[in-house]
Amino acid sequence: MLVLAGILVIAGGFLLRFNPLLVVLASALVTGLAAGLDPLRIVSVFGKAFNDSRYVSAIYIVLPVIGLLERYGLQARARELIGRFARVTAGRLLIFYLLFRQVTAALGLVSIAGHAVTVRPLVAPMAEAAAEGRGAVDQGERVKALTAATDNVGLFFGEDIFIAIGSILLMVGVLQGYGIAVEPFDLSVWAIPTAVAAFLIHGFRLHLLDRRLPK
Amino acid sequence: MIGLNLVYGVAGSVFALFAVLALADAPRRIANAAFYALLSVSFFAGDLLGDFGNGLLVIALTAIAASGRFRARPREASPERPRGNALFAAALIIPATALVGTLLFKQVPALVDARQATLVALALGVLLALGIGYAWLRPGLATPFREGRRLMDDVGWAAVLPQMLASLGAVFAIAGVGDVVGGLVGGAIPEGSLLGAVAAYAVGMALFTVVMGNAFAAFPVMAAAVGVPILMRQFGGDPAPVAAIGMLAGFCGTLMTPMAANFNLVPAALLELKDRNGVVKAQVPTALPLLLFNLALLWWVLS
Repeated sequence: MLVLAGILVIAGGFLLRFNPLLVVLASALVTGLAAGLDPLRIVSVFGKAFNDSRYVSAIYIVLPVIGLLERYGLQARARELIGRFARVTAGRLLIFYLLFRQVTAALGLVSIAGHAVTVRPLVAPMAEAAAEGRGAVDQGERVKALTAATDNVGLFFGEDIFIAIGSILLMVGVLQGYGIAVEPFDLSVWAIPTAVAAFLIHGFRLHLLDRRLPK
Repeated sequence: MIGLNLVYGVAGSVFALFAVLALADAPRRIANAAFYALLSVSFFAGDLLGDFGNGLLVIALTAIAASGRFRARPREASPERPRGNALFAAALIIPATALVGTLLFKQVPALVDARQATLVALALGVLLALGIGYAWLRPGLATPFREGRRLMDDVGWAAVLPQMLASLGAVFAIAGVGDVVGGLVGGAIPEGSLLGAVAAYAVGMALFTVVMGNAFAAFPVMAAAVGVPILMRQFGGDPAPVAAIGMLAGFCGTLMTPMAANFNLVPAALLELKDRNGVVKAQVPTALPLLLFNLALLWWVLS
């Protein structure tokens, strides 16, 4: 029971607006101590897992390329391109991007798009320009936030249809521990109804975005 | 064999350059430089530091982040020298290489570590795009990294939060937090109530994911507490939908938490949103109905 103190540290630390890295580290210490672990052991366990998960942070190697292209006007180009197509609204553009992201993620192609690779340099400026083209000048913040949200929704509710993605392998592994055999294919089939629901719910919200922006 | 060694070599070099440029900046950004230097060390030499050494490295990173000295650079409108639509082709080099590489490298397991095909392809795409960028645009040697560092400064300490949470998950696992949480959730379900069990399972997945920032940490806990003993064994539910829909309920939680920094905080920084939680707020109206859908779907499948 005492080990739950770590969860309280996370909740409290966030509410009191301490730096999240500090909150996470404090939670690890509190949890470890509550479980009677030696502090040196806690630091070692934490360090090992940090080192093993470095691949998560490898994505930032794309930033020099994005920065370079932006310096030569990539974002401005993306805006101009959209400006030429009057029929492309922010909502329609994002619905298309949602579908693109879901379908490619379902094929296992999760890394061909993302916040650093496509959202910031291309899709967000395009969506913003499409909204501005209809006279919605002060909606930039909302349109940009929805662009990032669209990337996440498309990724999360597309990738589980692919049989070799991490979460599927995790489920197979956990259930194997209980002596339950499931096929990755069966798991991926059961991701389809939610993928369709995600497209309908989020797509509908994107459709509403166009309604709310002035014509 | 080409694998993570290439990816981590590239990442270590990029962060080393970020550190040098942060030091060369006026005024000097010592905290930023130290943060990037530590990340560079982690990528280059993480396997040589030992577990305790890596732990100390994490403590140092956290100290810098908590000191409040890590700052985003004041925004300066960098003079743009506009080029034509070929910029789009250049921007697509990385995604295209990732696409081709992911498909191709799995065919040559002797040359490229098949498990890391995507990351290796990403790293090669970056090198290719940088090479073409230098040849075509002829920027100063440091320009890509100066611009890249500007973006990295915006992302800031949030960059390592996902790695920190993975580490917290490791400590939780050893301390047995999952068993305790699972016991509490399992005990709260009314005896014999399928709807109660489904709701506890789906909402529990989402809530635990909100705390941990990752559905991967929540799944083993909720499977042990409710999924396997109650939904599968007591009610005889088919394991495939129970597992798959439970995981997707967890993903709804990922949409609603700042803890999932790489999906929610980092894009807010990259897009220069005024509200750091702007992306989370934009996602809640999608996540809640979708969570309800998952709950209803699972209930329908099991009853």
